[in-house]
Amino acid sequence: MKPESVLTEKPPSIDCIRRQVADGTKTAQAFAEETYARIGAVDSRIHAYLALSRERALQQAKKMDAMAKSGQTLPPLAGVPVGIKDVLNMQGAPATAGSKILAGYHPPYDATAVQRLEAAGAILLGKLNCDEFAMGSSNENSAYGPVRNPHALDRVPGGSSGGSAAAVAAGMAVGTLGTDTGGSIRQPASFCGVVGVLPTYGRVSRFGLIAFASSLDRIGPFANTVLDCATMLGVIAGHDDMDATSSALPVPDYAAEMAKPVEGLRIGVPTEYFADGLDPEVRAAIEGGIEKLRGEGCTIHPISLPHTRYAIPTYYVLATAEASANLARFDGVRYGYRAEDANTLSAMYRRSRDGGFGAEVKRRILLGTYALSAGYYDAYYRKAQQVRRLLTQDFLNAFEQVDAIVTPTAPTPAFKLGEKTDDPVAMYLADIYTVTASLAGICGISVPCGHSSEGLPIGMQILGKHFNEGTVFRVAQGVEQQGVMPVS
Amino acid sequence: MAEAAKVTAEDVRRVAELANLELDAGEEVRMLRDLNAILGHVAQLNELDTSSVEAMAQVTEILALPALPALETLRPDVIRPSLDRDIVLGGAPEAGSGFFKVPKVLER
Repeated sequence: MKPESVLTEKPPSIDCIRRQVADGTKTAQAFAEETYARIGAVDSRIHAYLALSRERALQQAKKMDAMAKSGQTLPPLAGVPVGIKDVLNMQGAPATAGSKILAGYHPPYDATAVQRLEAAGAILLGKLNCDEFAMGSSNENSAYGPVRNPHALDRVPGGSSGGSAAAVAAGMAVGTLGTDTGGSIRQPASFCGVVGVLPTYGRVSRFGLIAFASSLDRIGPFANTVLDCATMLGVIAGHDDMDATSSALPVPDYAAEMAKPVEGLRIGVPTEYFADGLDPEVRAAIEGGIEKLRGEGCTIHPISLPHTRYAIPTYYVLATAEASANLARFDGVRYGYRAEDANTLSAMYRRSRDGGFGAEVKRRILLGTYALSAGYYDAYYRKAQQVRRLLTQDFLNAFEQVDAIVTPTAPTPAFKLGEKTDDPVAMYLADIYTVTASLAGICGISVPCGHSSEGLPIGMQILGKHFNEGTVFRVAQGVEQQGVMPVS
Repeated sequence: MAEAAKVTAEDVRRVAELANLELDAGEEVRMLRDLNAILGHVAQLNELDTSSVEAMAQVTEILALPALPALETLRPDVIRPSLDRDIVLGGAPEAGSGFFKVPKVLER
């Protein structure tokens, strides 16, 4: 028997929504209300949303409708219902980061990416469930309960941006924002059959993001199509005074980039990503996608990224080390949860953190603190930083020969809830194909590329050079246009 | 260091103290098991000779991007309004008189 699923029929595209709002065929308020009705009807089974921001959403919808009525040119995301991962600050809504330690916290300002979406006309529906502090590959680490995969409710949606991926797949948003530190946008996009983008490090401001690992964290969009993702990225990308790591490089016109044919692009296929441990059905789907790109006129080149197998250990040392520093700020003083039974300051710190953090967060804080502690710093942290350079150099070498690299996004389709929760190493290996690009700072995407025999989505990962999102979008659209979009 | 260091229960307690975490006995056992499993996997890194490789803290340092004015990352040093103090304090578990309140600091 096929497991129960909650999928949407024919979701509208961003462009279609903007045109309908502009010509009055359908109001932004109607789009907003319809999406809230959908959330009301199906989210009790998915659990993608942690909070709704109805008042702010409807106010914005009215504003867009008034602009349309007075004949003004509408901004690119006018009337588009979007959801925001709960690690991003949004004024007027809670921000829990999926953690009990931030229960009750209402940030007093918007993240830059959130503010830019709204300034471009988007309707902010609410905050989306995720693994606690974005640490996880299945969404089972949320203190508020897991998200379920809309394609099969007994499966995980992937993580850590599971709510962001599931909301798009189930028609509870047309686009969403997620964050990706080691695969947290691409892997859930793959598991839920939607498109998810990892922008280049520095492309999108992180002001207002609750930090996990600052040399790796990135914000990016999810949507049903590559073009919708490109439109959203065009809105949120670009320099921001409030984030010194945001790049001043101009943001290209992604739609114009995508209008170029894929013909003649050189596509690299790294042998290391098709080795043992890759599910045969995933392999077949990706090979099918590669053949389709060849059919479109791309040239296919076997390449080697020789340090790939060292990526997971490198990532888990660096990400946890940075997390141990970033999460030191959660101490029961300034926001969220405070243990009530402590009589001294130091006991209050310890008990608030013990009661507020979940097991995976504590595990990573301990690992990161260990890797940074006296006597182990050189053996773990410095060593991992050195290997990070080797991994990055692998990509820089490869991009001298190819324009884009294609791989599976994840070694398997979505796994079952509870399947890996007791084995952290097995869970970490779910990120095996995604952490490399995170460490190297390059851009990428996961685009639907077929289904398993059980009907579960399979995603193709396409990786591009730093700040070369346009090429990644072109290749992704080549895969998408070949009729491998999910049938649902 | 050739082999993965074996983490001991003492190490877990020491690191938990450094990280301001208070673990109960059950958590301590589980974390000991998990840290050893993860560090066992991390030990693979020792297969690589990195003696001549420079450490890389973040990625932008290695990108050959066109030179950009210093203002890319340094903004003019001018005073801007910051968040309202009372609104910020309103998010705290306990606050008053313009301060965050905490339990007593001196212990004996």
